[in-house]
Amino acid sequence: MSREPVIDARRLRYRYDDGTLALDGIDFRLGAGETVALLGPNGSGKTTFVLMLNGLLAGEGEISVCGMRLERRSQTAVRRKIGMVFQDSDEQLFMPTVLEDVAFGLLNQGAGREQALEAALGALERVGMRDAGRKAPYHLSAGEKRRVALAGVLVMSPEILILDEPTTYLDPPGQRELIHLLKGLPQAKILVTHDSSFASALAQRAVFFVKGRLVGEGPVDEIVRRFSWDGRSG
Amino acid sequence: MHHVVIDRWSRRTSPIHAREPRTKLIALAVFLISVATTPGVSPLAGAGYMGVLIAGIALSRLPLGGVLARAAVVLPFSVAFAAVNWLAGDAGRAVALVAKSYLSAAAVLLVVATTPLEQFARAMEGLGTPRLIALVVQFLYRYLFVVSEQAQHMRVAAACRAPRVPGAGGGLRFRAAAGAVGVLFARSYARAEGIHRAMLARGFEGRFPAVALARPRLPDFLFLLLAAALSLAVRIGVGRA
Repeated sequence: MSREPVIDARRLRYRYDDGTLALDGIDFRLGAGETVALLGPNGSGKTTFVLMLNGLLAGEGEISVCGMRLERRSQTAVRRKIGMVFQDSDEQLFMPTVLEDVAFGLLNQGAGREQALEAALGALERVGMRDAGRKAPYHLSAGEKRRVALAGVLVMSPEILILDEPTTYLDPPGQRELIHLLKGLPQAKILVTHDSSFASALAQRAVFFVKGRLVGEGPVDEIVRRFSWDGRSG
Repeated sequence: MHHVVIDRWSRRTSPIHAREPRTKLIALAVFLISVATTPGVSPLAGAGYMGVLIAGIALSRLPLGGVLARAAVVLPFSVAFAAVNWLAGDAGRAVALVAKSYLSAAAVLLVVATTPLEQFARAMEGLGTPRLIALVVQFLYRYLFVVSEQAQHMRVAAACRAPRVPGAGGGLRFRAAAGAVGVLFARSYARAEGIHRAMLARGFEGRFPAVALARPRLPDFLFLLLAAALSLAVRIGVGRA
């Protein structure tokens, strides 16, 4: 990878309170504009890894984001650079209306209310949810929630997007729309996914996690083949 | 879900919704103090306070039955305390306790159901409530959605696995319910952690984005004057011992 890294993580280790070693010496780099898929079995440390990248979990090792070393003082600035769409959209959508929820991040950044709401409408339009602005998030379908959660991150114009299991709950047309949408976004992306076809459609390379270690790295199709990760059962 | 309905109500439009939130909170305080300091509650005083509330509900264009029914959520608690007074031979105090708690709950509900939460919290701060308490109120309210959603998921899952069997043991049901409460707490805790994490990821730094409150205008002051005058009129006129 020759591009200037927007994420440079070295020797990451994380141990949960119950003693489980979730990450065991991960080295990872993400180039500007690059899309990388994180593959691996459940519980292999993928989500823990991405939570560490913007300081939501604090473990051992060094992380640099857009040239800033991640530490307590720089957390806020780092989180502005990374937009994270969580695995469970319900954890992200908690404001009374969709529009307010999408505007939440911008308001936290100090934007004026009118400006934030206008930008939120624009972000909703990008994900095809403009008409849902006045709805309560709990009235949306799972796929709609996913799109709104993405809008809530896009509105903050992050330089890096992290999407944790973005295709969960999406029907095939919804997945195709998401691929189309993500392809049009210029940001560097990390996709945590079990879906190898989704990863192939978007990512230039993949890394494979097993028991908290990064055991393989390369073109998506090669990694999928090497680890028999084509998503077909039997 | 009760609070979902109330949240929806709070975003409607009406003469009461349009009032500046601080004036509504002050009017509420006057009403609550009037009710609390009324010695006993005679039928006339009770009717007077209820009349004030019904007028407010009508002006706010909320469903009367819906508001009054939801205010009854306080009754299991107040009835329990009232029963103690009743058994101690003080039936008058027992009745007053139930009546006052119900009237107070209905008044609080009316204000909450006509004021979006962020404005409500901002008004609390504007009236001198410490920011931390306003923040806790906002979190509590948000997490009510979370807990009730978790509870509904668990109820549906339980109903699928264990439809109610006529004559089934009450002890078994009680144990199952007790276990469900424990699991609900643990799940809600985990969910709350997830939500907090997602908020941090979007730049939350321990403070909800402030909502600017408009300055109270003449109609707001007139509303406050009228609401306070009605509450005090009942208190002084028919609420005397």
